[in-house]
Amino acid sequence: MSLMALREQLNGLVNSMFLEGLLDDQFEQLQMLQDESSPGFIAELITLFCGDSERILAELTKLLDQAVVDYQKVDAFVHQLKGSSSSVGAQHVKLACVQFRQFCEEHNKEGLKGIYFFRCLRALNVVKHEYYLLRGKFDTMLQLEQRIQAYESKQQI
Amino acid sequence: MSSPRGGDKEGGRDGERQIHVLAVDDSSVDRAVIAKLLRSSKYRVTAVDSAKKALELLGTEPNVNMIITDYSMPEMTGYELLKRVKESPTLREIPVVIMSSENDPDKINRCLEEGAEDFLLKPVRPSDVSRLCGRMRS
Repeated sequence: MSLMALREQLNGLVNSMFLEGLLDDQFEQLQMLQDESSPGFIAELITLFCGDSERILAELTKLLDQAVVDYQKVDAFVHQLKGSSSSVGAQHVKLACVQFRQFCEEHNKEGLKGIYFFRCLRALNVVKHEYYLLRGKFDTMLQLEQRIQAYESKQQI
Repeated sequence: MSSPRGGDKEGGRDGERQIHVLAVDDSSVDRAVIAKLLRSSKYRVTAVDSAKKALELLGTEPNVNMIITDYSMPEMTGYELLKRVKESPTLREIPVVIMSSENDPDKINRCLEEGAEDFLLKPVRPSDVSRLCGRMRS
């Protein structure tokens, strides 16, 4: 594939992610910081975000699997994930976390623990779904970027 | 914009003292973002993941022109770090900026009353960092 075609594919992918709301303008602001002095900034940030997110999702799965769920710990982890998704501009993940936290809070207030537990489980599944959807597109984005960078460095030789 | 003494050399090498910002955040993602934002403004950045490490660093290297810290951190919060800095005769002149994802007026007021230079709402963006540039310790 030509360099131009690769660039078009990458731009198309990123634009569609903005249009679908997977990414918001925080991501756009961060993209603008990437330059010749730090060509790997976005890739590094995405890698950090994904590693962090997967660690948190594993912890949340374990916590909701306990006989007695510690909702304070659950809330703390969701708060962390909400924070990092907000910082990178992962809008859908962030919104799913906001919803999840609401269920955690409601659980603390209400007496019907069973219902809220299932709502929290469902909320976790929504967060996972949104995260893995985003992760798939991030993977494609990084692969395209690598191919483009390889092309560009060959051209410079 | 306050700049290192003398010329405006990029990176401030060759004897020019570059502005040094200490960033404190337990989130690796947020640390990477704030460090990048600051480095894009040509500041030298040291990023640590806890207030404890921040205080250790300040003990050995007091030549820090600004501290930017997250509020909510395990063990020692950014608020507690702010208080320790302002209580210290050697550190109290260093401006401290607090970052938080929560827009809580009580929290903000508490920080400002304790001597915080500014309070930034996360997610932090380039415009937030530009507004800090005149307030570094010279």
